[in-house]
Amino acid sequence: MPGIVGYGAFIPRNRITSEEIARQWGKDPETIKRGLLLEEKSVPGLDEDTITISVAAGRAALARAGIDPLKVGALYIGSESHPYAVKPSGTVVLEALGLGPEIHVADFEFACKAGTEAMSVALAMVESGRADYAMGIGADTSQGAPNDALEFSASAGGAAYVFGETDLVAEVLETYSYTSDTPDFWRREGEFYPRHGGRFTGEPAYFQHVLSCTRAILDRSGYEPGDFKHAVLHMPNGKFPLSAGKKLGFTREQLETGWIVNTMGNTYSGSSPTGLAAILDIAEPDDLILITSFGSGAGSDAFILRATELLPERQARAPSVRSMLDGPRKYVTYGQYAKLREKIIVND
Amino acid sequence: MREVAIIGVGMTRFGEIWDMSLRDLVVEAGLGALTDAGTDTVDSIYVGSMSSGQFVGQEHLAPLMADHLGMVGVPATRVESACASGGLALRQAFMEVASGMSDLVLAAGVEKMNDGADVTAVLATASDQEEEVYYGVTFPGLYAMIARAHEQAHGTTEEDLSWVSVKAHRNGAKNPKAHFRREFGLEDIMSSSMVAEPLRLLHCSPVTDGAAAVLLCPLERAREFSGQPVKIVGSGLATGALSLASRPDPAFLDAVELSGARAYEMAGMGPEDVDVAEVHDCFAIAEICCVEALGFVERGKGKDAARDGITDLGGSTPVNLSGGLKSKGHPVGATGVAQAVTIVEQLRGGAGELQVEGARTGLAQNMGGSGASSVVHIFQGV
Repeated sequence: MPGIVGYGAFIPRNRITSEEIARQWGKDPETIKRGLLLEEKSVPGLDEDTITISVAAGRAALARAGIDPLKVGALYIGSESHPYAVKPSGTVVLEALGLGPEIHVADFEFACKAGTEAMSVALAMVESGRADYAMGIGADTSQGAPNDALEFSASAGGAAYVFGETDLVAEVLETYSYTSDTPDFWRREGEFYPRHGGRFTGEPAYFQHVLSCTRAILDRSGYEPGDFKHAVLHMPNGKFPLSAGKKLGFTREQLETGWIVNTMGNTYSGSSPTGLAAILDIAEPDDLILITSFGSGAGSDAFILRATELLPERQARAPSVRSMLDGPRKYVTYGQYAKLREKIIVND
Repeated sequence: MREVAIIGVGMTRFGEIWDMSLRDLVVEAGLGALTDAGTDTVDSIYVGSMSSGQFVGQEHLAPLMADHLGMVGVPATRVESACASGGLALRQAFMEVASGMSDLVLAAGVEKMNDGADVTAVLATASDQEEEVYYGVTFPGLYAMIARAHEQAHGTTEEDLSWVSVKAHRNGAKNPKAHFRREFGLEDIMSSSMVAEPLRLLHCSPVTDGAAAVLLCPLERAREFSGQPVKIVGSGLATGALSLASRPDPAFLDAVELSGARAYEMAGMGPEDVDVAEVHDCFAIAEICCVEALGFVERGKGKDAARDGITDLGGSTPVNLSGGLKSKGHPVGATGVAQAVTIVEQLRGGAGELQVEGARTGLAQNMGGSGASSVVHIFQGV
């Protein structure tokens, strides 16, 4: 099967702490930090959106792949915050990355799963022989309503993956998807913020799909949790992926590298793909890696990957996820955050 | 009045039951009670539910339940007294059998709380809209005020409240139908999130789905249906001021005392005769107030009861061995009937690890709102 030839991620520099958000709404910060395991989250700048994040992550992926951009025959972008309701994000991204015009492009949406969905279809395009290379991106400037629990998690960032047949940095050994009509979280046409079914988003939605999807891919592949060096599960908050990982039989050590939600937040479509990028940043040849996404509505995509001999030399060709999480950051106040997230109504 | 016995019990598991609707819950519990008694007909049905209309948009519950139990045509009545709706359904069924009007009467209680409703707002409809809700108070706030009043009157501390929760979860962990089958230490409880000072998360009962049902008949016919019938020997209902501010002493639940006194009087018994009890611990402070009002401990001594083991297995009056509302869960309309199911199991000697040896007399106390309605039943093994 084909695999990943290049990957890249981007996380904006702005941050807001859980403490700052809690203070605004008279909530106890310790309760939030302990309950959701969230310290801080990324915040998009005024000139950052799904398109700019996709371009930054896509550039990094092309740099690591070292391929001719004109050979990328498909580009898919998964997001629930495409800047336009009608008009693709993908067209701007392809121009900025120097791809096309001989390219198939589509924008995807499936709540937080759209990123792995883009990856899955990109992989299939290469596998079917319809493209030499194909890029799948998951990126979001996630929305969370003021004073909603989501406000502590909804953040900005994304990751891009170039799939191809040769010179792989990670082989794809198995894929699996699990989907059902489970409306746990939604945003209707014209609404600014998503709504959710409270605790319905837990057991019947996140856990049912992540656990079922992961168990099935393990079954099909014949691998056991103990065979993996790293695993990353979609991170709507800090607690869910650790709890699901434990139920599946993964150790905290296996989950640690990809579990970046405590300082990144939930980048929705970018969440598990960026966690995977953090893993690829440090993975060694032959490391077995599992990724399972989750998108409300609801579904999960899982991939089993094996790092190749080529990975180590490609890692340094672009910034690592940790360098963006731990590197230069700018902390914003809730007031600045409200302005950046366009929560303040101003006249034109 | 005829003597009345419980001849069958049924109960769903309690928890967030996403794959069962309101009607599914009642049917499972109701059929459980009928199967337990080995019958498939009833003369009348009572169903207690606090707010099926606001929780899932379904009113007109009585015919719906009769229909889905396969009993179209049977008289059915829905009763409501907030969180005491289940206990009230049991009392109505008891009265109908005792009066001689019907022989086989099913009393069910149900609530489907996890279906997207704003639960805090729905529950708040059981407090005084004009004197309480308009000012923004919710149930955790009201019980927090009761806890503060108890603290001022009797020195009840956050640690005293926490021992009630430790006991609830230690026992609930052994109840296969409980919502939260997990033990918590004192530290866990005292460091859980603050909800309304001094009440923390682990001092509060959860939002639960579930149903329970019991089948009643005249005692003289009980042996036709059950080898181990349980008599209802006392039933008491009382009301108090809906608004906390209108009560003589906010640290004391008058309606609970009065409903208990009426049930004791009918049974010809006192608190000292009770071998096992289930009381309405929607918040830890409520159990403290209820054991005082029912006379299991002296007024003001409720705070020590859980810590000193008085109300635990092996104590003078074991209370809430099911885990209570705190650990077993609190599907509000189902709670009163579920308490009766627990007591019947105790008096039949079938409570497993939680069995009170030789239990012969049991009591169930179920209340509405912040204690403005309370219903008490006393049961005895036959």
